[in-house]
Amino acid sequence: MAFDNLSDRLQMSLRRVTGKGRLTENDIEEMMREVRLSLLEADVNFKVVKSFTKEVKEQAMGERILKGLNPGQQVVKIVHEQLKKIMGDKAEPLTLNLMGVTSIMMVGLQGAGKTTTAGKLAMHLRKSNNLKPLLVALDIYRPAAIEQLKTIGEQLSIPVFELGILQKPQSIAKKALEYAKENGFNLIIADTAGRLHIDENMMNELVDIKEVLSPQEILLTLDAMTGQDAVNVASNFNETLNITGAILTKLDGDTRGGAALSLREITNIPIKFMGMGEKLDQLEVFHPERMASRILGMGDVLTLVDKVTENLDEDDMMGMMEKMMSGKFNYNDFIKQLRMIKKMGSLGGVMKMIPGMGKAMKGANVDDKQLVYVEAIIGSMTKKERKNTKLIAQSSSRRRRVASGSGRSVSEVNRLIQSLDQQKSMMKKMGSMDPSKMNSASAMKAMSGTPTKKKGKGKNKKRFRY
Amino acid sequence: MGFFNNLFSSKEKRKNAQKYKIGMSKTRNNVFGNLKTLLDSSSLIVDELFDELEEIFIMADIGVDTVVKFVDHLREKVRVDNITSTNDLKELIVEEMFKLYVKEDIVSSNLDIVDGRINIVLFVGVNGAGKTTTISKVAHEYIKKNKKVLMVAGDTFRAGAIEQLKIWSNRVGADFYAKAEGSDPSSVMFDAINYAKENSIDIILCDTAGRLQNKINLMKELEKINKVIGREIEGAPHETLLVVDATTGQNGLSQAKIFNEVTKITGIVLTKLDGTAKGGIVLAIKDELDIPIKYVGLGEKIDDLEHFDIEEYIYGMFLGIF
Ligand SMILES: Nc1nc2c(ncn2[C@@H]2O[C@H](COP(=O)(O)OP(=O)(O)OP(=O)(O)O)[C@@H](O)[C@H]2O)c(=O)[nH]1
Ligand SMILES: Nc1nc2c(ncn2[C@@H]2O[C@H](COP(=O)(O)OP(=O)(O)O)[C@@H](O)[C@H]2O)c(=O)[nH]1
Ligand SMILES: [Mg+2]
Ligand SMILES: [Mg+2]
Repeated sequence: MAFDNLSDRLQMSLRRVTGKGRLTENDIEEMMREVRLSLLEADVNFKVVKSFTKEVKEQAMGERILKGLNPGQQVVKIVHEQLKKIMGDKAEPLTLNLMGVTSIMMVGLQGAGKTTTAGKLAMHLRKSNNLKPLLVALDIYRPAAIEQLKTIGEQLSIPVFELGILQKPQSIAKKALEYAKENGFNLIIADTAGRLHIDENMMNELVDIKEVLSPQEILLTLDAMTGQDAVNVASNFNETLNITGAILTKLDGDTRGGAALSLREITNIPIKFMGMGEKLDQLEVFHPERMASRILGMGDVLTLVDKVTENLDEDDMMGMMEKMMSGKFNYNDFIKQLRMIKKMGSLGGVMKMIPGMGKAMKGANVDDKQLVYVEAIIGSMTKKERKNTKLIAQSSSRRRRVASGSGRSVSEVNRLIQSLDQQKSMMKKMGSMDPSKMNSASAMKAMSGTPTKKKGKGKNKKRFRY
Repeated sequence: MGFFNNLFSSKEKRKNAQKYKIGMSKTRNNVFGNLKTLLDSSSLIVDELFDELEEIFIMADIGVDTVVKFVDHLREKVRVDNITSTNDLKELIVEEMFKLYVKEDIVSSNLDIVDGRINIVLFVGVNGAGKTTTISKVAHEYIKKNKKVLMVAGDTFRAGAIEQLKIWSNRVGADFYAKAEGSDPSSVMFDAINYAKENSIDIILCDTAGRLQNKINLMKELEKINKVIGREIEGAPHETLLVVDATTGQNGLSQAKIFNEVTKITGIVLTKLDGTAKGGIVLAIKDELDIPIKYVGLGEKIDDLEHFDIEEYIYGMFLGIF
C-alpha cells in the first residue's frame, strides 16, 4: 500500500524512542529528522517541510505532561494535527450564482485532468444542485481535445458548446455565455487547454477568458503525483488568475499526495474536490483530515493515541495531585492512583511511556506483583482505616490484623505506611507549586507510592524497597 | 565510445545545456539563490554548502534516498580527496553525478532499432504523462531518417484518444492503425503487426492507454499486450519506454518499479522539461532500477524532443550557478 513505507518509517523512529523510556530533546530532534524524510518522500514541498518540522518541534518540546502516552506517538499526533490545520479544517464548497449563470473555468498544466474533471463536475453539480450544465470546449490546441470533451458530454448527456479550432478561445467563451443565457443553461464549465505556468502568452489567454466569463470559480486542476514543483505551478496560476480552488486528480493511485499540503500552505488555495478514477462519477469532496492521515499513513496510530488518551483523564490526574499536595491523601486515594496506573497496562510499560519516568524509577524496583500486594493490604483495611490514615499508623494490633488478613508480613504493612507518609510529606513540600507546571517525573514518582532509594547515609534511616 | 566522449566534452555540454535552460531558468534563481551566494561569497567549502546541495537535489525531485546517499558520498569524497575550493566542488558534483548515472556501463540514448526487421516500441505510463505526443515526436525523428513508421492506437479507452493519435500521424506522415473505441488493445496490436508485415513497416510505435500502476486489471491488460507482441515478433517489443512527466514527484519511482515488473522497461522518456520541474526522480530510477533515460520532451511541438544527455541535464539543473 501507498503509505506502508512511511508508516514503517515513523513506527521505527517511535520504537527507537519508546525503547529509551525517556524522551530527551535529542530524541525529538532525531524523530523529527525521520518525520522530515517521511514528508519529503510524500512530496511535501521542501520549504513547507522546513517550517513544518520547526513548528512541530516547538510544540513537542513544549508539551509537558505526555499523559501515559508513548511520547513518540504524541508527537505523531501533533504532526497530524498540524497537517490538518495546514490543509484547512473542513471541505470548502463551490461558490454558485443561484440567481443567474454560474461559470466555472478549469485551468492547469497539460495532462492534469481538466477535461475529465470538467465532465465530472458537470455531472456532480447537475445531480447535487440540480443545475443545467453546458460544457464549453476552449482547448483549440491539443489534437482531438474537442473530440474528447464531446465524447464525455455524450456519455453524460450534457451538451458541449464548441466552435472548432479556428476561433480564439476568448471569443468562443463569449459566444458560449450568450448561448447559455439564451438556452436556459445556468452552469457553464469551460475546459481550457493545458499550459505551462511560465508560458506568458498562454497565461494571458486565460486572463482574457476570465474577463469574458467573470467566473465564480477558477479551479486549478493538479495531478496528485506532482512533486516539488507543485507550488511553483500553483503560485503562478494563482498570481495571474486568483484561483478560487483546486482539484487534486489521480488520487486513486498510490501517490501520497504531499503536493496537497504544500498547495494549501504556500498559496492558501482550498482544495475542493479530488479525482478518484477515470470514470466520470469518480469525483469526491476533499476532506483535509483524511488527506492528512494519508500523507502520514497513520490511521491506526491515531486511534491508538486516542484510546490511550481516553484512558488517562487529565482532570483525574490533576485532581489526584492536588489532593496529595493538600496533605489529605489517604489509602483510598492511594489505591485509586494505583488503579489508574494499572488501567493503562503493566506498570513497567506505562512508566516508560511517561517522560522522565524511566529514570526516576531506576533502582526503585517496582514491579506489578508488588502492586498486587499493596492492593491486598489496603483491601484488608476497614473503611475508617483507609480514610483516616492515623488509625493504622498508631495501632500495632490493627497492623497485625491487616497483615494476616492480606497474607502479607507486618513489615510489609509498615513499609506501606511509611511510604504513604513519605508521599504526603513530599507532596506538602510541593504543595505551593502549580501542578500543571510541575515536573511530571517527580509528580509521578510521588504518586506511584514508590519512594526512591536514597543514597545518603546516617540521618536518613527510612529506606523503602518495594 | 560514448563514455569517454561524455567525459571529455564538457565545454560543449555546457553550451548544449542551454537547450534545457528554458525550463530550468525561471525558478532557478529563488531556488538556487542560497547556493550561489555560498559559492560566490567564499572559495572554501563550508558545511552549509552540503545542506544547500541537499536542498537543491530534493527540490529537483531526486528521490530522498538517492539524495541522502549522494550528498554523503560527496562529503566523503571532499574529505578523502582533500578538496577545499568551491570550484573543485562544482567539478566534483558533475563528475560524481555522472558516475552515479552511468555506473560502470556505457549508457546509450539510442533506441534498439535495426534495419531488416520490424522494430516495435511500446509506450507505457500513467495518465496524461505524454505518451501519445512522444510517439508522434519519435515517429517524426525516424521518418526524417527515411524509416517507414506505423503508429498504433492502443489507447482504446480514453475519450478522443484514437482521434488524437490519428491527427498526429497525419501531421508527421506516418502510417496509422486503429480499431474501434473500446476494442481489446491486444487485438489492436495483433492486427497492427499484420498490417506492418504487409506494408513493409520498419518501426511500429504502440500507444497505450494511461494507467496508474496500482490498478491490477489495467496492468494485467498491459502484460497481455506485451505477450501478444512478443508472440507475433520474436524479441519484441524491442523497446518499452516508460513516459514520465517531469513534474512527477516520488511516485515516479513506484511507477518505474511496477511497470518494470509487468513489462520490462528499457528506457524512460522524461516529458515536459520545458516547465519549471526538474524531473530528478529519473535519477533515482536510474540509481535504483538501472533504467536509463532515452529522451526528454521540451515542448508540445513535433521537434521538441531530445536524446537524453546526463551532463547537459546536470548543467541544466545548475545553470547560472556553475
Ligand atoms: N509542455 C509540454 N507538454 C507536453 C509535452 N509532452 C506532452 N505534452 C502535453 O501533455 C498533454 C498530455 O499528453 P498526451 O500525449 O495526451 O499524454 P498521454 O500520456 O497520451 O495521456 P493519456 O493518453 O491521457 O494517458 C498534452 O496536452 C500534450 O500536449 C512536453 O514535453 N512539454
Ligand atoms: N486514474 C485517473 N485518471 C485520471 C483522473 N483524472 C483524469 N485522468 C486521466 O488523465 C489523463 C489526462 O486527463 P485529461 O482530462 O485529458 O487532462 P487535460 O489534459 O488536463 O485535459 C486522461 O488519461 C484521463 O483519463 C483521475 O482522477 N484518476
Ligand atoms: Mg484537456
Ligand atoms: Mg494518450
